[in-house]
Amino acid sequence: MIDRDQVVHVARLARLELGEDEVGALAEELSSILDHVDRLLAVDTDGVEPTTHVVPLENVLRDDVPGEELTPEQALAPAPSVEDGAFLVPSPKTEG
Amino acid sequence: MTEGLPDDLEAVIGLEIHVQLSTETKMFCGCSLSFGDPPNTHTCPVCLAHPGVLPVPNRRAIEYAIQIALALGCEVAPRSIFHRKNYFYPDNPKAYQISQYDVPLASAGELANVRIHRAHLEEDAAKMVHIGESGRIQGSSGSLVDFNRAGTPLVEIVTEPDIRSASEAREWGQLLRETVRQLGVSDVNMEEGSLRCDANVSIRPRGSSELGTKTELKNMNSFRFLEKGITAELDRQAGLVASGERVVQETLHFDPGTGALHPLRSKEEAHDYRYLPEPDLVPLAPDSAMLEEARKSLPELPEAKAKRYRDELGIPEAPAELLSVRAELAGFLEAMLAAEPDLEPRVAANWLTGEFAAELRRKGDPDLSEVPVEAAALASLASMAQAKKISHGTAKDLLTRMVDDGIDPVAVVTEEDLGQLSDSSELEAIVEKVVEENPGPAEEVQAGNEKAIGALVGAVMKETGGRADGGEVNRILRQALGLG
Repeated sequence: MIDRDQVVHVARLARLELGEDEVGALAEELSSILDHVDRLLAVDTDGVEPTTHVVPLENVLRDDVPGEELTPEQALAPAPSVEDGAFLVPSPKTEG
Repeated sequence: MTEGLPDDLEAVIGLEIHVQLSTETKMFCGCSLSFGDPPNTHTCPVCLAHPGVLPVPNRRAIEYAIQIALALGCEVAPRSIFHRKNYFYPDNPKAYQISQYDVPLASAGELANVRIHRAHLEEDAAKMVHIGESGRIQGSSGSLVDFNRAGTPLVEIVTEPDIRSASEAREWGQLLRETVRQLGVSDVNMEEGSLRCDANVSIRPRGSSELGTKTELKNMNSFRFLEKGITAELDRQAGLVASGERVVQETLHFDPGTGALHPLRSKEEAHDYRYLPEPDLVPLAPDSAMLEEARKSLPELPEAKAKRYRDELGIPEAPAELLSVRAELAGFLEAMLAAEPDLEPRVAANWLTGEFAAELRRKGDPDLSEVPVEAAALASLASMAQAKKISHGTAKDLLTRMVDDGIDPVAVVTEEDLGQLSDSSELEAIVEKVVEENPGPAEEVQAGNEKAIGALVGAVMKETGGRADGGEVNRILRQALGLG
């Protein structure tokens, strides 16, 4: 069971603003998802290697060779605010 | 030694060290690494976290990380995976850092009696400058983000809480730094942030095996500050305990200027990072060839070097330790011994770490390459002193001239006739003359004031231009004065 406090906590971690009614609805929905996961957990997986990737590959690496870079102008072009060649963002403190 | 802690308390300290690897390019993209370049001059869609991009790990970063793992005696996981560590902060616009979680690259190592819990690979965040106040977050009205650093390969090394004092933390940190430096995989420059150190600090009753509540000291930018910061934090914790209060788990910032500790706002509450396996990266499975390659590339590391210098070369503990962490000086020592096979290692080590190091300090500790002294020349000097061909005083004077002007000590000894007076009859004649010219001190000595002999020794040394051996002068003087 997921309670309302847990929904509020997860929403905060994900920076989601939820209305009171949404919290209740999500608590129910998330609970049912976790119930489903519980059902999956009942499967006996002893000796089965956890799947971390669906493609059976290892060590896909690249050589340490410089590639193409963006110019600062290109890099900053999509930024809403720029100052001194840097992305200007609201202070994390005031943003809370 | 536990600094200011009362005897019944014991410090329990663990370190977390981030090492920036000195690869050409970033961890997951081909942008060049740089320090001090104008902001946002080394970026691409991958390190700017544009939608739809895919990371590809840097082979050399992995090789370097394996070298660190082996140098720290770690087990390298046959198969490790990358995780996403989720947090919201402008230094990482993906909203997660690619790191490793439950299967790190390396674990279960040991360096100088401190166990290594784990060492894993991850990427650095962008650099932020908070407007209004440099560095600190409080009071700023906005922040500037520079992505040159974003994606720099990092190895995070986490120790077990095996360190028992602030000074031990400093010494161990320095050993770790030298070990990594000598691997050649990082600049390990703390001021530039290529090596960063956090400390987990707690106290407990001495003899207890339980762990107390710890606090975390963040981002110490020198090992001197690390020692000071830990000392201050241990004092604070001991003070709390003494007044019946409890230590609260928190993250602290140490201000080396004022010595004060401030609680730091954490990036994300309660370290709730919601790790999940990084679906964009396949597992890392170092094969035997990679491991063998890394093993072959390991130089003799400080801990092993200090042991060899002590056990095989008979160099005393202090110079052996010092040489082991100063690769340049150690290289000099080996070159000296190669140049003068009869030079005793302990004599060479003493000259290197004593008089020569003092001369270097006088010059402001330049790189050895900037000093006009070849190892062979220093070896000749030390050999002449060892064989008593020149007096210790003469050798010191010559060394100063070698460091200042690059003179050849052997040639100068011949040219200026600085060879030690080995002819006793010549020395005896000088002693006789000095005793005659200084009847006062001579009588004092004979009357039983042995200390007065110093004035006579000085006069003889002056007469010989410092070329006489002090012990020999003493012996002949005492003979001349009838003291046996």
